Amino acid sequence: MLNIKTIDDTTINERVYQLNLGPQHPSTHGVLHLLMKLDGEVVVEAEPIVGYSHRGHEKMAENRIWEQFLPNTSRIDYLSGLIYNHGYCMAVEKLCGIEVPERAEYIRVITSELNRISSHLLGIMAFVMDIGAFTPFLYGWDDREHVLDLLERVAGSRLTYCYNRFGGVRNDIDREFCDGTRRFIDRLRGRFSDYHNLITENIIFIKRTRGIGIITEDTALDFGVTGPTLRGSGVGYDVRKNEPYSVYPEFDFEIPVRKEGDVMARYQVRMAEMEQSMNIIEQALDGLPQGPIRSKVPLFIDPPAGDCYFAFESARGAVGYYIVSDGTRIPYRIKVRTPSFSNLFVLTRILPGNFIADCIATLGSIDVVVPEIDR
Amino acid sequence: MNITQLPIIKEIYGFLGRDLTAAVTGILIILVFVPLNSAFLVWLERKVAGHIQLRPGPMEVGPHGILQTLIDAVKLMGKEMITPKLADKFLFWLAPIIIIIPAIVCFVVIPFSPMMQVREMNVGILLIFSFSSLTVLSILMGGWASNNKYALIGAVRAVAQNVAYEIPLLLSTMSIIIMTNSFKMSEITAAQSGVWFIFYQPVAAIIFFISTTAETNRAPFDLVEAESELVSGFHTEYTGMRFALFFLAEYTNMFIAASMGAVLFFGGWHGPFFPGLIWFMVKVYILIFVIIWVRWTFPRLRFDQLMNFAWKFMIPAALLNLMVTAVLLKVL
Repeated sequence: MLNIKTIDDTTINERVYQLNLGPQHPSTHGVLHLLMKLDGEVVVEAEPIVGYSHRGHEKMAENRIWEQFLPNTSRIDYLSGLIYNHGYCMAVEKLCGIEVPERAEYIRVITSELNRISSHLLGIMAFVMDIGAFTPFLYGWDDREHVLDLLERVAGSRLTYCYNRFGGVRNDIDREFCDGTRRFIDRLRGRFSDYHNLITENIIFIKRTRGIGIITEDTALDFGVTGPTLRGSGVGYDVRKNEPYSVYPEFDFEIPVRKEGDVMARYQVRMAEMEQSMNIIEQALDGLPQGPIRSKVPLFIDPPAGDCYFAFESARGAVGYYIVSDGTRIPYRIKVRTPSFSNLFVLTRILPGNFIADCIATLGSIDVVVPEIDR
Repeated sequence: MNITQLPIIKEIYGFLGRDLTAAVTGILIILVFVPLNSAFLVWLERKVAGHIQLRPGPMEVGPHGILQTLIDAVKLMGKEMITPKLADKFLFWLAPIIIIIPAIVCFVVIPFSPMMQVREMNVGILLIFSFSSLTVLSILMGGWASNNKYALIGAVRAVAQNVAYEIPLLLSTMSIIIMTNSFKMSEITAAQSGVWFIFYQPVAAIIFFISTTAETNRAPFDLVEAESELVSGFHTEYTGMRFALFFLAEYTNMFIAASMGAVLFFGGWHGPFFPGLIWFMVKVYILIFVIIWVRWTFPRLRFDQLMNFAWKFMIPAALLNLMVTAVLLKVL
């Protein structure tokens, strides 16, 4: 049973009142519901209520063949769909022992990192819009448009991709894509100075973000926070570096870490991560090997009975696929561990004592995708 | 043919007398000008915002979308006016009516040109200040009567913010009053025939500009209707023409604030070659453009930062400026 009324209302009195922030609210990024008890404008208690966009992806997986679950993966987190695609394929390949050509892995990394950039751009700009600056949001969308155009060229769709296949990828990338990607990276590097002028060095932005919504290292680890939110709290954990998968070990990139743990730190980590993603893409484009893009894989795969866990880093943190096969064409169970759930529930610890405006800023800086929480 | 020579005009003139005729014509002109001006400003805002954000803005209705706001107004007129079940019906109905009154009354004393001023008053500035203070009453009424938590928070913010920013606004204006020894808008304008007051009073001008931005609830001080926090603040529950009246008042207040700025610091209708009216309107619209520009560039302040800024920085600075002005002019 979904128990909506979780905050007890015994403390509601003349001073303290209850506010339902969402599920319909301009800055809850979808259908998030924050049940808050407020004293004036100060939060006394806050509790996120999830489940409004539950679509039952995990149950769906048990009713279709392995290949048919591929499109579902990119709909779990619709902002970094390709990364989820990539992760699911790698999980199944690990279970079946399928070899993937090197060129395919390179293409997967390039597209995944492009997807990460587009997700971070949207995340940052939506967060800046929550703070009240509308213009950077549209500048960010302008840049994101170029990424989507590039991805549309190879994957055929702009948001919910189904590009990775077991044993490789669907389409090869061409010269125009490579040149376009390089042009985009040059352009985005130039745009970063605009963003720093408009956002990072803006006195109001600094005032609104410095020392606000601090997640300490201990709190972050207690709640199982991952991704940029964790790295903003001073823990340099990134699955790409700590438990390398795909061809990530071949690239030279850093994991940006900030000690402060406040809203600004998370913003800066995301900005730095976009630069690192651009480095990875450039290296991958430089060292792109020739060869096939897909290994010989039967039309329908029959994985051996068994299970495997595969972790990878999405734009929001560590994602895990735990897949169980009973040796048939239909998965026995697919469990997805998504990062936003853990990231979101930190709010119960850090919101009390803050103003409403800071709550919105903190929520924006964590950059949750609600359908990913509910799955 | 001179229009004043028409017999019917002469008859009205003779019947009403000079003052009343001027008042009636003036009010009629104001009542036409206020909605049209607001419609133009909304279009201008959307257009400027569009170009700042690398997009064209409204383009469909009329050339470059200039009739967009009129169509929007027609749409709003056709909307049902919903009153929430738990709202205080009378106050909910009254609030949008009250907010439009000060916006219109303030126009009476604005000198558009040497000849174009509905009524010359020796307390013109005070009239504008006292009537624009009424705006906050209406916001409070609307927010309270809606019986909505977001609206109430917005209304409470509005009261605190308007009270806080009215003080530096008045103090910065006082330094001009000391220089001119008059509350009359026309005399203040006349005193600037040589040099604009912004060159004598740059600090007061900056304080005035920031305070009026806060008084008219414009970004970065738009906490009253902070969209990402309070949905749309005190007018969350308002629909149709009632909402349109709040909107109309917001843009009219912006025009009044900008025309006050033009009169106090930029020489009002003074300027070479062109008639006074053109100079006045150009100055006002440039100031409005700056307000729009600021809105689409800066993020929003937090409530406590806003209050701290008013009480700890703006008011002391305005007081100091006033003291220095007074000492320089009256003592030395």
